[in-house]
Amino acid sequence: MLDSAMVELSRWQFAITAMYHFLFVPLTLGLSWMLVIMESVYVMTGRPIYRDMTKFWGKLFGINFALGVTTGLTMEFQFGTNWAYYSHYVGDVFGAPLAIEGLMAFFLESTFIGLFFLGWERLSKRQHLMVTFLTAVGSNLSAMWILIANGWMQHPVGSEFSFETMRMEMVSFSEVLFNPVAQVKFVHTVAAGYVTAAMFVAGISAYYMLKGRDLAFAKRSFSVAVGFGLASILSVILLGDESGYEVGDVQKVKLAAIEAEWHTEPAPAAFTAFGLPSNEDEETHDAIKIPWLMGLIATRSLNQEVTGLKELMVEHEIRIRSGMIAYEYLQRLRTGQDTEGNRAVFKDHMDDLGYGLLLKAYIDNPAEATEEQIQMAVKDSIPEVAPLFWTFRVMVAAGFWMLLLFVLGFYYNAKRQVQDKRWLLRAFLFSIPVPWIAAETGWFVAEFGRQPWAIGEVLPTSVAASSLGANDLIISLSAFIIFYTLLFLIEMYLMFKFGRQGPSSLHTGKYHFEQASASQTDTTAGGAPSATAPASQYRGEGS
Amino acid sequence: MILDYEVLKLVWWLLVGVLFIGFAVTDGMDMGVGTLLPFLGKDDDERRVIINTVGPHWDGNQVWLITAGGAIFAAWPLVYATAFSGFYFAMLLALFALFFRPVGFDYRSKIQNKTWRNAWDWGLFIGGAVPALVFGIAFGNLLQGVPFHLDELLRPYYTGSFFGLLNPFALLAGLVSLGMLTMHGAIWLQLRTGEPVATRAKHWAKIVGLATIAAFALAGIWLTLGVDGFKVVSMPPLDAIPNPLTKEVVIDPYGWLTNYRQYPWTLLFPILGFAGLGLAISLSMRDRAGLGLIMSGLGITGIIMTAGAAMFPFIMPSSSNPNSSLIAWDATSSHLTLTVMFWAAVIFIPIILIYTTWTYTKMWRRVTVEEIRAQDTLAY
Repeated sequence: MLDSAMVELSRWQFAITAMYHFLFVPLTLGLSWMLVIMESVYVMTGRPIYRDMTKFWGKLFGINFALGVTTGLTMEFQFGTNWAYYSHYVGDVFGAPLAIEGLMAFFLESTFIGLFFLGWERLSKRQHLMVTFLTAVGSNLSAMWILIANGWMQHPVGSEFSFETMRMEMVSFSEVLFNPVAQVKFVHTVAAGYVTAAMFVAGISAYYMLKGRDLAFAKRSFSVAVGFGLASILSVILLGDESGYEVGDVQKVKLAAIEAEWHTEPAPAAFTAFGLPSNEDEETHDAIKIPWLMGLIATRSLNQEVTGLKELMVEHEIRIRSGMIAYEYLQRLRTGQDTEGNRAVFKDHMDDLGYGLLLKAYIDNPAEATEEQIQMAVKDSIPEVAPLFWTFRVMVAAGFWMLLLFVLGFYYNAKRQVQDKRWLLRAFLFSIPVPWIAAETGWFVAEFGRQPWAIGEVLPTSVAASSLGANDLIISLSAFIIFYTLLFLIEMYLMFKFGRQGPSSLHTGKYHFEQASASQTDTTAGGAPSATAPASQYRGEGS
Repeated sequence: MILDYEVLKLVWWLLVGVLFIGFAVTDGMDMGVGTLLPFLGKDDDERRVIINTVGPHWDGNQVWLITAGGAIFAAWPLVYATAFSGFYFAMLLALFALFFRPVGFDYRSKIQNKTWRNAWDWGLFIGGAVPALVFGIAFGNLLQGVPFHLDELLRPYYTGSFFGLLNPFALLAGLVSLGMLTMHGAIWLQLRTGEPVATRAKHWAKIVGLATIAAFALAGIWLTLGVDGFKVVSMPPLDAIPNPLTKEVVIDPYGWLTNYRQYPWTLLFPILGFAGLGLAISLSMRDRAGLGLIMSGLGITGIIMTAGAAMFPFIMPSSSNPNSSLIAWDATSSHLTLTVMFWAAVIFIPIILIYTTWTYTKMWRRVTVEEIRAQDTLAY
């Protein structure tokens, strides 16, 4: 039995470091493509303003990217340092996509990112565009492999337990690759990343327009952002994660928990718009329900049921009991009683071994669990409902808010009126954090909703941790929190500094602050003061 | 047949070695550059010159480390699990030191402030020197055996302490690692910078190089006379389903010499280590830094292979429960996973080498103070 405080702290550490990492990933995924778009326009039209856009947004991209790389290192180390049994138990399947990610995607992204920043003078226009393109391809391919790995945690296909090696082993690489959960996750996640980047660029561009600075630069950036953003937010919402909830027990539990559906309702199920779910009472207090809606969203049909949590727990209890038998026969097989008969019994119950391992939180040998312990494990077999219920709603609300913004932004931008809609520009500016809220709550729903499993129905989180002590975790977790807070402050300082400066930070001499200081020098030198000069150089140019 | 299980087990032992060597000669070089940064660069311009020699490449180079980690996860899951959790604080120390690099490179020159830049320079120093040292210390501990055991469900338990890792032999191994990477970095700087940094780098290459040769020789003697090796007494066939609990291993005072005795050609590895470092120093002194860099890369390769050949087939021997030792035949993934990964490596490693070479040729030049000043906002 592992120290439960240590397991809990390990979860906190993983959650904090992963969610922190995910502050930087979405922007990288989307901004890399927006840089490709901007630079393509530069290469095609030869207009320097698009080069400046690529360079300036590229600068902000770099500030973000550096922390993405930094915090990504932690993720690679942490499976081994803190989830050693997990690493052993599923490394055969889970390790492969991670290693291939390195070979196929991360090398590509990281090798070319350096040339993106430092190769402007050394590469031809086309070569540099290709470098930018390959960086974007690399970062998006990275996300694909990571989500194949993550999809397998949610819905472990293409693999089988081997009692001889005491681990899960891959039986079909293509099933792991084409895991339906991984596929929808990939599309949903990268599209969410595109939305993040679009909000980021649109929000900061809105700020320049509100300030009346570098208007040509800001408007062009805004145009790229709202076009890209509208397409992306539609993909996120239409191709949402929902379709992934149809397969596997973990996804079913997650769906029921998100909807706080304790009992299976006749199809089509109602959607709980508001409520106070309680795991203790196994019901949702003060629920306000909208008929039919959930059935439609979740199953896209009028006659399919959404299984309730209580019904799922009844199934789990059966499987826990079967898992106890699996555990008993596993012990026999591993202690030299490798007979045909024992193999046959084990094989019959093997798929429930993970459920048996849920008992490990209470007893070393699950085969000997008491009735009370079984009941506790059954209670453990679903996640805490209230946090899921709420984070999911926050994510969805954030998504629809951004849809509204992008629709309006796109419309007024197309009518060339956006500059005059100050309320809309303000809304964009102050909504910059919204995609991050959506991404983080979305991540939370996906991963917290997977509990109690590290690997769905295969390996409980409580068994997956390393054999460390709680004190080890207190030290490391504190160090992470201190370090990450410092890094975050430094990153935000730089983002705000360069965000405020805008394209003037490129020192081309063409943008607002340099014009302002130039005009000051002009004044002192007796030249005409030109307060309205900022960005006028570009204002007339081919819009 | 190349894809037989036992062949793949051997191939993956070699491939992990290739990834480690790839890491050492590329990213290790950047770590050496980081280690030298505060000492070779006397003012901000010089330091920027130093940083910008590796500026376009350090991130790509670092992926060798990440991929090596990923490959160990996929090919030797139990090794990944046991080593990373056992060496908990050592791993976190390396990790936290590595944090300084991405932000150090990217943020340092974004602000015109002496304190800010100075702080990041020391950050880059830590990000270079500490991981170089820690990885060497880890190797030093592997050579001595690590106190861990596996229970029947193959859960690893580490029974040593963090400070136990910092024993004299391991520290010496850490110095070999730090020394070889620093020398490699110095020769790179000699090749890629103008005066006066290049001359200083040449000077450091000689001193650090000689110290590394001495440390490597001392470690070799110590290993022969004072460090117990391990020997497999019995084990299932090489292509058996991997189970690290089915073999018998004993401590053998001269266990790490067995391979050298049995296959004398493996003595070429330590010879390559010494010759590579020696030639690198002599070429560097004669201002042939390009060839010198190749030689120091070969020297590093020789040193890593020396340790690998001594230990084979051991990856992570257990000092407290030798039968729990993890070896190349019984700590691996399944046949299918090794096969899939093999093809991924065969396809992608050459592609990686091709485009990496392209980026180096494109960015190839001596970095000068004038150039840095001209590209003030773009350069690191």
